[in-house]
Amino acid sequence: MKMLPEIIKNLFRKKATRNYPAVKRVPFPNVRGELVNDISQCIFCKICETKCPANCIEIDKDKRTWTYDPMECVYCGICSESCPKKCLSHKPEYRPPMTKRQVITLRGKPLPPKPAPEEKKSDTDTSS
Amino acid sequence: MVSTVIPFGPQHPVLPEPVHFKLKIEDEKVVDAIPAVGFVHRGLECLVAKKDFVQMTQVVERVCGICSAMHGMCYCMGIEEMMGIEIPKKAAFLRTVWTELHRIHSHLLWFGLYADAFGFESLFMQFWKIREKIMDINEATAGSRVIISVNVIGGVKRDISPEHRQWILSTLDEVEEALRDLEKVVYEDYTIRKRTVGIGVLSKEKAYELGASGPMARGSGIDIDARSLGYAAFPDLDWEPIVEYGGDCFARAKVRFREMLQSIGLVRQAFQKMPRDEEIAVKVTGRPEGEVITRVEQPRGECLYYLKGNGSKNLDRCRIRTPSFANFPPIMSMLIGCRLADVPVIILSMDPCISCTER
Repeated sequence: MKMLPEIIKNLFRKKATRNYPAVKRVPFPNVRGELVNDISQCIFCKICETKCPANCIEIDKDKRTWTYDPMECVYCGICSESCPKKCLSHKPEYRPPMTKRQVITLRGKPLPPKPAPEEKKSDTDTSS
Repeated sequence: MVSTVIPFGPQHPVLPEPVHFKLKIEDEKVVDAIPAVGFVHRGLECLVAKKDFVQMTQVVERVCGICSAMHGMCYCMGIEEMMGIEIPKKAAFLRTVWTELHRIHSHLLWFGLYADAFGFESLFMQFWKIREKIMDINEATAGSRVIISVNVIGGVKRDISPEHRQWILSTLDEVEEALRDLEKVVYEDYTIRKRTVGIGVLSKEKAYELGASGPMARGSGIDIDARSLGYAAFPDLDWEPIVEYGGDCFARAKVRFREMLQSIGLVRQAFQKMPRDEEIAVKVTGRPEGEVITRVEQPRGECLYYLKGNGSKNLDRCRIRTPSFANFPPIMSMLIGCRLADVPVIILSMDPCISCTER
């Protein structure tokens, strides 16, 4: 019975929940959400690969590919903090749920022609 | 009298994590209880051979989902002691703020589960509604809701801006007000008192003898709190361990409730006394060598880290003893002689964190 005043108060309070798929929460800035790489800036230095505690980033310097497994990532933010070119960053939104395991491979422009900032190509490979 | 063996867990509505108890019952009384753990073993200590000592900070944070900031801090404190690093004073205060916020949200989570254990669903939702405010603070200041990853060897990664500070203080005022509304319910409600007072009594002598820690020991009248060791910013703050003398489930709930209010006060104090300088981390060079033991107070009790470095980038050993592990012997002694209907409440009153225990 001691709970009764609280229950009555709740009738007049703001709703604690929201109608989720229709109404989404505004994300806080600086939240470590989805990891994105601006591949045109990337110099394939392998620092993120070495520092990642989950080993979710793989870099091939010769092929100039940056491969990232979002299912392995622990969103600790070590890679984006240690990136010398600051091309790795976190979006404040979380990655939407996936039904299949996806590995993200980004390809940088091959070295001999000089790096053009607009050249950005992204592929999404699917493996089980 | 005929005795029956009833399995309790690993999957049970009141258990947040899998643990199994074989309860030997005579009529309605429990005469023996045998625990079985090992359902969520992940081998995190073994990863020390694969990950270097900096990466291990992220590994140990994942030992527990509720007190990850404390695990990270305890590990970093150990490495800092081994390498002779002194962290900036501001970093110590920021660590205190985040760990105390973790204590509040852990106790709020526990109160929800506890209310659920004796079937008080509306109280459960009420506590979890309050908890959401603390989770928002974590998300806005540290960048993540639960595993906040702010601790690094040599300090902390992020600072709390003055605007955030104001917002945190006003949110904590709201949390305190909401808790004060529920104080009467937790302390005086007929149902709660019937289900908790005099249930699962652990005497002071027994608690000491069986090595209880955290709110289990403090609920039985033992004045023991690892925060009095004086790590982080605790020597600069004005506080005293909270002790209750009942020794039953009600006393343990009371300890946790008072600790939440105390933690709110500690966060306020930490913001008041926090130095204004900019430095929040020092640069770390070299590799750890030697061995060290560090202890911190987690929401469930005292956590102990034993670290051994050999001068290479990988540590030799990282042994973690978590508070839930220490609290298993007292829970076994409390279960013997209780009624079967009280078993969920007694087990929940320990605040079992099985992922911690098994790592």
